[in-house]
Amino acid sequence: MTEHDSNAAAYWSANLRLIVGCLIVWALVSYGGGILFRPLLAGISVGGTDLGFWFAQQGSILTFIVLIFFYAWRMNTLDKEFGLNEE
Amino acid sequence: MSQFAINLIFVGGSFALYIAIAIWARAGSTKEFYVAGGGVNPVMNGMATAADWMSAASFISMAGLIAAGGYANSTFLMGWTGGYVLLAMLLAPYLRKFGKFTVPEFIGDRFYSKNARFVAVACLIIASVTYVIGQMTGAGVAFSRFLEVESDTGLIIAAVIVFLYAVMGGMKGITYTQVAQYVVLIIAYTIPAVFISLQLTGNFLPPLGLFSEHIESGMPLLQKLDMVVRDLGFTDYTGDVSNKLNMVLFTLSLMIGTAGLPHVIIRFFTVPKVSDARWSAGWALVFIALLYLTAPAVASMARLNLLTTIYPAGTTADAIEYAQRPDWIKNWETTGLIKFDDKNSDGRIQLYNDKSESFKQTATERGWNGNELTVNNDILVLANPEIANLPGWVIGLIAAGGLAAALSTAAGLLLAISSAVSHDLIKGSINPNISEKGELRAARISMAVAIVIATWLGMNPPGFAAQTVALAFGIAAASIFPALMMGIFSKRVNNKGAIAGMLAGLLSTVLYIFLYLGWFFIPGTATFANTPDNWLFGSMGYGISPLSFGAIGAMINFAVAFAVSSATEAPPKHIQELVESVRYPKGAGAATDH
Repeated sequence: MTEHDSNAAAYWSANLRLIVGCLIVWALVSYGGGILFRPLLAGISVGGTDLGFWFAQQGSILTFIVLIFFYAWRMNTLDKEFGLNEE
Repeated sequence: MSQFAINLIFVGGSFALYIAIAIWARAGSTKEFYVAGGGVNPVMNGMATAADWMSAASFISMAGLIAAGGYANSTFLMGWTGGYVLLAMLLAPYLRKFGKFTVPEFIGDRFYSKNARFVAVACLIIASVTYVIGQMTGAGVAFSRFLEVESDTGLIIAAVIVFLYAVMGGMKGITYTQVAQYVVLIIAYTIPAVFISLQLTGNFLPPLGLFSEHIESGMPLLQKLDMVVRDLGFTDYTGDVSNKLNMVLFTLSLMIGTAGLPHVIIRFFTVPKVSDARWSAGWALVFIALLYLTAPAVASMARLNLLTTIYPAGTTADAIEYAQRPDWIKNWETTGLIKFDDKNSDGRIQLYNDKSESFKQTATERGWNGNELTVNNDILVLANPEIANLPGWVIGLIAAGGLAAALSTAAGLLLAISSAVSHDLIKGSINPNISEKGELRAARISMAVAIVIATWLGMNPPGFAAQTVALAFGIAAASIFPALMMGIFSKRVNNKGAIAGMLAGLLSTVLYIFLYLGWFFIPGTATFANTPDNWLFGSMGYGISPLSFGAIGAMINFAVAFAVSSATEAPPKHIQELVESVRYPKGAGAATDH
């Protein structure tokens, strides 16, 4: 394996780790907080209802935005670190 | 000035703007026609993507669905936004790096197979055509209510406008009109919401108003709403759902389907760089979220407003007399989207849940003889300003906004269809030696034909228009998304695996939908009754609805593709190199033909 290849392989596995991390959060806020764990969050009240309802109608969307910008920022940095950016 | 004149000014003004943009942004080359020259600013592209994505369904129907279903229909909010996370991390940057014009082109190249490309073209056309019908009928409804023309006349006006900027400007014209349409639709959606939130809660931000105190009763808004709907025999607005499996699968199907819709994916081919594609997905979701965070507030507030209009003295007192009904009910009665039937002949409008067994006794005691007011979910957003007594110009704005949402999505879909025909079928197969000029002409002709077909389908909507949306998402989720993802993340999946996977995902999903909704949606041909007990796992209380099957179809696609690929030979070396090259941003040129 050449030096270029191992650099590229390291970049790709860093990307995969980042994606897995982001998708865990993605699933936790929507499928977790918004749907499956709602009964567990019933004790935490938010404006006349519970935290699960807030996650389903507001919180998950807000988290999705943060996740995409975080991913874009991290990947654009990784591109440069590994010398694989476009310019 | 009459309301009609105000509506005409708003709609006419917005249309004049779209035409001006069309004249300014004409396309001179196939590259401009397919990907707007590849130089669109990522924020602008985010805005255009938001308009492209937010259809008549998002603008007109979604708040009504949430108002009717409460918490249970939060699935639309999470499903139609969560797909952008998948798009940003799993598809958009790599497909931008690949740098060609269409989605089937990637599938054809990556799986080194013309057949794979044909399967992708077929999936794209079925998904996009079914989707476009909804946009055209949505435009027709908005026209007939606000401009007092026949729905068909309205449709033709809409088609001519789309024709002008989409055929002349291709992706370039569509991009800049979508930016303008986004601005129109988001202003139109949020202004009435801000007014209503102020009226009900004193908070001018609807997403915060949703969780604030209801001024009149001094209770939290959602608690008040729960109480009112309970008094009328409906289930609690914020009540939990027992079949969580179906809720998860439906949300997942919407997410995967969103990420797999070709007309959304091709928007990311228009930005200059891979890093821009990543940012652009984030901006797209920001612009989408402005509407999606507002929609649940609109839903709950409009439902409360509607019920307090019908029961002005409280739910335990008498309902409003039909003769005293407000003007907006009269206006919408003429469209047939609100219907009144005085079943107990007392001259009052009783609106309640007559399907609830436990409420039957209360209803009988009160002398009610069945629900008397049928309100179509789709009118909620359009009637919102009238329900809240907002000034006439807000109503004009809503009319322009609804049309902007329908037309921007229709144009994006038509471009996806025409580029699949001219680039994938004509250039890719029938006549590979076609000149640049010839291909551009072919693209324009196929766009024009697609508009004529879409308009005809809008005028003669098949009776199953509503169900077909399930089909569009099911197909995108079960066939297109997995093929694209495996093409990027696996070097091992080969041509045979991809084709077998796509067909298995597609056929299993279509089969499951047809079993419950009727073969080819022909009424009366369903094999099983479409009720939760009949669905797969229904006997255990965890039935999977036909609308939720896309996620299962996607899993079948992945499983079949991996199984077939591992039993057959690995892809050739140059294909493995192609996969390598899409993974690394370095060396991404502009989108090219070669």
